[in-house]
Amino acid sequence: MAEIKNYTMNFGPQHPAAHGVLRLILELDGEVIQRADPHIGLLHRATEKLAENRTYIQSVPYMDRLDYVSMMMNEHAYVMTIEKMLDLKVPIRAQYIRVLFDEITRLLNHLLWLGCHALDVGAMTVFLYAFREREDLFDCYEAVSGARMHAAYYRPGGVYRDLPDQMPQYQNSRFSRPKEVKEVNKNREGSLLDFIDDFAQRFPNYIDEYETLLTDNRIWKQRTVGIGVVSPERAIELGFTGPMLRGSGIEWDLRKKQPYEVYDKLDFDIPVGVEGDCYDRYLVRMEEMRQSVSLIKQCTKWLRENSGPVMSDNQKYAPPKRQNMKEDMESMIHHFKLFTEGFHLPKGEAYAAVEHPKGEFGIYMVSDGANKPYRLKIRAPGFAHLASLDEMTRGHMISDLVAIIGTQDIVFGEIDR
Amino acid sequence: MEEFFKLYLDPQLAKTISFLIKIICIVIPVMISVAYLTYFERRVIGFMQSRIGPNRVGYFGLLQPIADAVKLMFKEIILPTKSNNFLFFLAPLLSIAPALAAWAVIPFNSELILADVNAGLLYVLAMTSIAVYGVIIAGWASNSKYAFLGSMRSAAQIVSYEIAMGFTLVGVLMCANSLNLGDIVMAQSGGISQWYCWPLFPLFIIYFISAVAETNRAPFDVAEGESEIVAGFHVEYSGMAFALFFLAEYANMILVSILAVIMFLGGWLSPVGFIPDSIIWLLAKVAFLLFFFLWFRATFPRYRYDQIMRLGWKVFIPLTLVWIIFVGAMMQTDYAEYFH
Repeated sequence: MAEIKNYTMNFGPQHPAAHGVLRLILELDGEVIQRADPHIGLLHRATEKLAENRTYIQSVPYMDRLDYVSMMMNEHAYVMTIEKMLDLKVPIRAQYIRVLFDEITRLLNHLLWLGCHALDVGAMTVFLYAFREREDLFDCYEAVSGARMHAAYYRPGGVYRDLPDQMPQYQNSRFSRPKEVKEVNKNREGSLLDFIDDFAQRFPNYIDEYETLLTDNRIWKQRTVGIGVVSPERAIELGFTGPMLRGSGIEWDLRKKQPYEVYDKLDFDIPVGVEGDCYDRYLVRMEEMRQSVSLIKQCTKWLRENSGPVMSDNQKYAPPKRQNMKEDMESMIHHFKLFTEGFHLPKGEAYAAVEHPKGEFGIYMVSDGANKPYRLKIRAPGFAHLASLDEMTRGHMISDLVAIIGTQDIVFGEIDR
Repeated sequence: MEEFFKLYLDPQLAKTISFLIKIICIVIPVMISVAYLTYFERRVIGFMQSRIGPNRVGYFGLLQPIADAVKLMFKEIILPTKSNNFLFFLAPLLSIAPALAAWAVIPFNSELILADVNAGLLYVLAMTSIAVYGVIIAGWASNSKYAFLGSMRSAAQIVSYEIAMGFTLVGVLMCANSLNLGDIVMAQSGGISQWYCWPLFPLFIIYFISAVAETNRAPFDVAEGESEIVAGFHVEYSGMAFALFFLAEYANMILVSILAVIMFLGGWLSPVGFIPDSIIWLLAKVAFLLFFFLWFRATFPRYRYDQIMRLGWKVFIPLTLVWIIFVGAMMQTDYAEYFH
């Protein structure tokens, strides 16, 4: 009898389910995966090395491009590390704005994850629904920072500027009827906070819409229940964080366990799974979206009632007001120094992490007292998750591999850095 | 028509020519409806997904299918290295030819039929079974691992769903006492209550689901499995060779819908007595069923390959068998009239 050999297949990097540039070497027995060997590095952009040659503020936009679906969260970890080393106090209003935009970012990320996960499993409508809502969230990004994705909005000492009082509106064009323009501008009449409130009002219904398509769908359940099971102990050993860890039933959330910004003043729950399979992770993320909406509502409520500065007044690190620069020599000098030389961090090292939508996203920074970091290390949650792919997929079929890649919520910007 | 040609030509030639004209009269509308089914699909799924779909080429995008066809015709057909050239080109032909040949026995109304053969149903079954060879050969000849996986999946799937489909047809045979498609329709005359979808309701549902599986449509599109094996068996095809697979898939969709209408929904018969029977009814019923194909595609996630097999072998085949026995038993009782 002929010798039966395993079938080796190259999955990616050009593959619809590769989520960018994942390359897997699959060893298949029929359709059953015997070994999955992830090859990374195809999107390596040397962010860590680039940061060593730039002033601290210049590296902020590079952080956006790490996990390019949760942009502001990456910035957040970065500016938090700097603030930690400087012991810089962030004004309370800026903290609320950061939390507000962190949660908007979490929605952005989870919507993309949901869409892609469903698309991987074959349900394509959810993908388009999710992108409809992402559009509104990008408008929020655009309103505060001018950029729809790579915002560079968080700065050491606060945020770049306060929330706008007027939401930008659509203009008439020859491609749209005035009536349609009026319709899309309906919830853009007021301020950004009005727009966000309106969105937070609508969004739970949208989540219900996604859930009617998926949660009780028999095919969806057959494709996700019992797939890629990770036990709680093993999840910890593998270094899982975020929804991957919570899906396995471990209640671990940096927002609760080591609260940063104003998370300790806000009221929210941590959803956890039971089985540790793809379906539980799906449920955890869906519930997280609902919790995010509640956090957004709490933040907008506070932001409406309280005003104040959004940037630290320590002008060694935060740019001075333009008004002051015209009159005050000191401010002028600070401004010049900040935007040429940048600021110096004291000698030492620090690690700060945020609860990123994918898990614990941390920045470890070593400073030798110069105006650039001596070394920057990015702790990307997706890296640990991808490392477990082999273990999670072994014995499953190719279709399950795709579902597992979807459930891991892999983005190569952060893994390859 | 034949008589008309006989006036001028030798009778044998006249017969051939009139048949050729009839064939063209069937193939061209089928091709046009295939083209517009793709347009319909894109528009319908577009609206279901709250987007617009093609609306730029012609009014409401109505010329889009033609633009697509022109584009595909002018694209290069790329031959993968080390592929088997002969089989590589044979495969698309093998999948389109049966998809069109099966139309020969379809009765559009009581007169409009190309070949009124007595074993029409068997002929259709045979033709749809041949289509699987196109898929298998395509996957084999491409010399690509993805294509190979796709053809393996497709072969297993089509073979097992063929059985379930065949069994549902046995139910229809028992009721109609005929294999002739026209007779099957006429056996259902007398209004909507006489249609076979009522006494054979489980078989109708199973037939329709099997038909979706048989045509490799979502949620049973594992052979293409876009997010898993990229495009499955036709991953290496481009240009017109790809277009043939595409045409075959849509022609098959229309074909299985028309068969479902003929066997379970009374073909061209009108649902109520006072409206005359007409081919319009047939088209309307087919369009209604085709809409379901699109609706499924927009709604459901994809089954896994082994789950499809399980559904076919462990659910559909036993269920059809039980229902056939049930129908057979009922025919021996006083309720027999409900089953004829």
